Amino acid sequence: MKVLMTEYLRIDLETENWECRVCEHVVGSARGNYKEGLLVYKRDPEDIHPSIIDPDKYKFTFCPDKDWVSIYEFYCPSCGTQMEVEYTFPGHEPLFDMEVDVDALKEQWSHREEILEPVKGPNVLVDRTHGHNH
Amino acid sequence: MSTNIDTEVQDQELIQKFLKDTTLFLGPDPEIIRDHRIMPRTPDEEECMDKYTDLNQISSIRDRLQSACEEGFEMVEQMGAAPGAKWGDIITGIYSASGDLTIGSAGGVLIFSALVHHPIKFIIKNWIEEHTVGVKEGDGFIHNDSRYGNVHNTDQSMILPVFHEGKLVCWAASTVHEGENGAIEPGGMPSMAETSFDEGLKMSPFKVVENYEIKRDILTFLQNSVREPKLQYEDMKVKLFACMRLEKRIKEVFETDGPDALTACLRYTNESVVKEVRNRISEWPDMTVRTQTIMDSTLRENALLKINLALTKKGDRLIFDFTGTSPELTNRAINTQLPGMKGMVGQAFMNHIWPDLPRGQAGLSPIEFVSQEGTLVDCSYEAPNSQSLMSIFHSFTVAQHATAKFLYSCPDKYTRVLAPWHNMINTFIWGGVNQHGEMLGNLCADLNGMGGGARMDRDGEHALAPIFATMADIGEQEMNEEEVPFLQLVSKKMTANTQAPGKYRGGMGYTMIASTKDSDQWGFMTTTQGSKVPTIQGLFGGYAGGSYPLCKVTDVDVYDVLLKNPEQFKHSIHETMNEQPFPDASYSTHHMGMGFDISKRGELYMISQGSGGGYGDPLERDPTYVIMDIEEGLISSDWAKKLYKVEFNDETFALDLEATEKLRADYRELRKQQGKPYAEFVKEHVKDTPPADIPFYGSWNRDLDTVYAGSINDKRDAKNPGPIYVTNPKDVRIGELEAELEAVRKQANIPATDTRK
Repeated sequence: MKVLMTEYLRIDLETENWECRVCEHVVGSARGNYKEGLLVYKRDPEDIHPSIIDPDKYKFTFCPDKDWVSIYEFYCPSCGTQMEVEYTFPGHEPLFDMEVDVDALKEQWSHREEILEPVKGPNVLVDRTHGHNH
Repeated sequence: MSTNIDTEVQDQELIQKFLKDTTLFLGPDPEIIRDHRIMPRTPDEEECMDKYTDLNQISSIRDRLQSACEEGFEMVEQMGAAPGAKWGDIITGIYSASGDLTIGSAGGVLIFSALVHHPIKFIIKNWIEEHTVGVKEGDGFIHNDSRYGNVHNTDQSMILPVFHEGKLVCWAASTVHEGENGAIEPGGMPSMAETSFDEGLKMSPFKVVENYEIKRDILTFLQNSVREPKLQYEDMKVKLFACMRLEKRIKEVFETDGPDALTACLRYTNESVVKEVRNRISEWPDMTVRTQTIMDSTLRENALLKINLALTKKGDRLIFDFTGTSPELTNRAINTQLPGMKGMVGQAFMNHIWPDLPRGQAGLSPIEFVSQEGTLVDCSYEAPNSQSLMSIFHSFTVAQHATAKFLYSCPDKYTRVLAPWHNMINTFIWGGVNQHGEMLGNLCADLNGMGGGARMDRDGEHALAPIFATMADIGEQEMNEEEVPFLQLVSKKMTANTQAPGKYRGGMGYTMIASTKDSDQWGFMTTTQGSKVPTIQGLFGGYAGGSYPLCKVTDVDVYDVLLKNPEQFKHSIHETMNEQPFPDASYSTHHMGMGFDISKRGELYMISQGSGGGYGDPLERDPTYVIMDIEEGLISSDWAKKLYKVEFNDETFALDLEATEKLRADYRELRKQQGKPYAEFVKEHVKDTPPADIPFYGSWNRDLDTVYAGSINDKRDAKNPGPIYVTNPKDVRIGELEAELEAVRKQANIPATDTRK
């Protein structure tokens, strides 16, 4: 059985591995930090958050200050899907963000049916494409 | 004949009585304010629950009480004078005899649900038996000091005990974000406060109403202490009458079902919610999720401060551990008292995770917290906290970010998995003498226009609601302008190219350009972080929103410009700042912690609300959604192409899906080339210490035993960091200028005019 843990990651309870949900790539042991099995890139904030006012004229431009914040991007090494993004302090180590108790997960899912598509929960809004649109 | 044990008990009682009688100051009681749990079941509640077991009756009473809370909410919203009241920054609620909030209004600021029980418990503990005070039918108590349990002291509560034939059965209370409170800056949330004595009225719970009438002498004292005396009176009356309406509805239940049935209903409701919360927690996977957010400002100066969270779920326990968070800054206003942090975490559950549960204290009751006293999220009695929203909002965001990672796998969901909401009150706080000659101090309800986080299946909604009140309104600007002497020349226009990208993008924020017109005694403040560093995180490969500065144009009267050369006026921040259309004007940018600034007629203050977080890999964004955003002016074509790798005709916006697919495939390959294996990346980029040239506060990497206190040379014990006093930024600037002057003098060989020490 496989448990869908995030938009792009699942845990195979039999092999106890993190897997990429896009390309099936085995990322690493589910008892460890999945990020250790991914590629990491330090992104320049200007690539994502443009200076909408002129950085040559002004100190604050709507673009984050790259000396004050680092953006780490984590990619699947097999398909290049961006699985996680972390905004952090410059020089800070990436966080071990999901430390799973695999034994407890196995026990929990031994009482459940496998779910192949994530459960979304109750719908509270009309779809944007059918809403008010000028 | 008395035994030794009897004697010991008598001695103990005597000591307790002596200590009680000789207590010189009834300050905040740690037993009360550090405990967010519902009180133990009392013998009276036990008896009532034995007597009333019909769940239909319990449910019927609960529905009536809920309706009463909505009615009270409506009264305050319709009649309240404070902008916060008009636009929903309020709550009304019914509390058990022990002080637990059981039923709160569905709308409004739900953080109050987790806070107002503290002052009620203070009243119960200290004033019921106190012969100089007492608690009687028709009494009303006022409170605002967050050290006795509150968000910040701009929020005032009116608390009314409800009796039946002389027996205290429950409490009714109403809380409003009043704004003005007599602090050193107008509007009630001074960022210049360096001690708690700079923060205006600090009301421990005290009696201000007898026989359902406000005591005029105390009222006059309160009015005399604030900038808006009429508002103080009006809203005290409004809250009192809302509480009286609640009392009326409660007494109607006494008539039909009896007070014991109501007591049983309150207790049963709270205990059921606690049980249900434990059941829901049990459905989550057992794990620890770690996250952090970055505070980039104290509102006086830029600095890096960490809010750190490890959220652990084990069985039916859920533990929020804030160890590693920045120490408090003892002369800055951004600290929060512990109840405020807990309340805001509770808000995350009530708003975005389990909105179907009754709005009450019980939802938070089984959740556990670990924090260190003397930190930003659990500050000391001495530390100012008038801008506690800063650390409170970050606490919300780390809670929201961490819980999303638990919720994804759950088969039963009560809401959709959500990226973090924008979390800052990007708005104008204002004050001075208005066009009618009245002194005012308050804020624009645009603080309620935060961009929503993207959900797992759809984009976030623009400027939807604040994180502290899902159903608060941003108000009508034109109504506001009847009372204030400034116009928002640009209002509610989305700020293009500031979205948080993702498979689903965050809901965006809008531009506000304000300018004073009809007063020589008027000014503005802005009190948010995030002008250098985003204040939130994205989710599952989505990004956060960008950063949001303050832009100013001075030495211009834009109203003259609008009369003589209206074409010079530009309707966006980027056109105004980049094109600099007014020839003799000065253009500048600032962080968003602007202290109260007297404005001149026609000068421009320009800010933008922020974007909620993005969800998922931007390369998976539906290309038609990208085009819709371009058509709606949310993003420019060139930027959309760069971010989302879409190919389309620039004139017709016709998509080339094949070319788009190829662009995206190529970009995925590029990522694989650019990205480094984790270990290699860590070796190259991770440092053993924080940046040396930026003041940093908090833990570093995995070491949670030590926290930095503004310098890599100042390391402290995380469990007891001690006070930190930050130098006044003006003194820092004077020091820099003096050093520069000294260097120039030396270079030019010009002696100082006065060398005496």
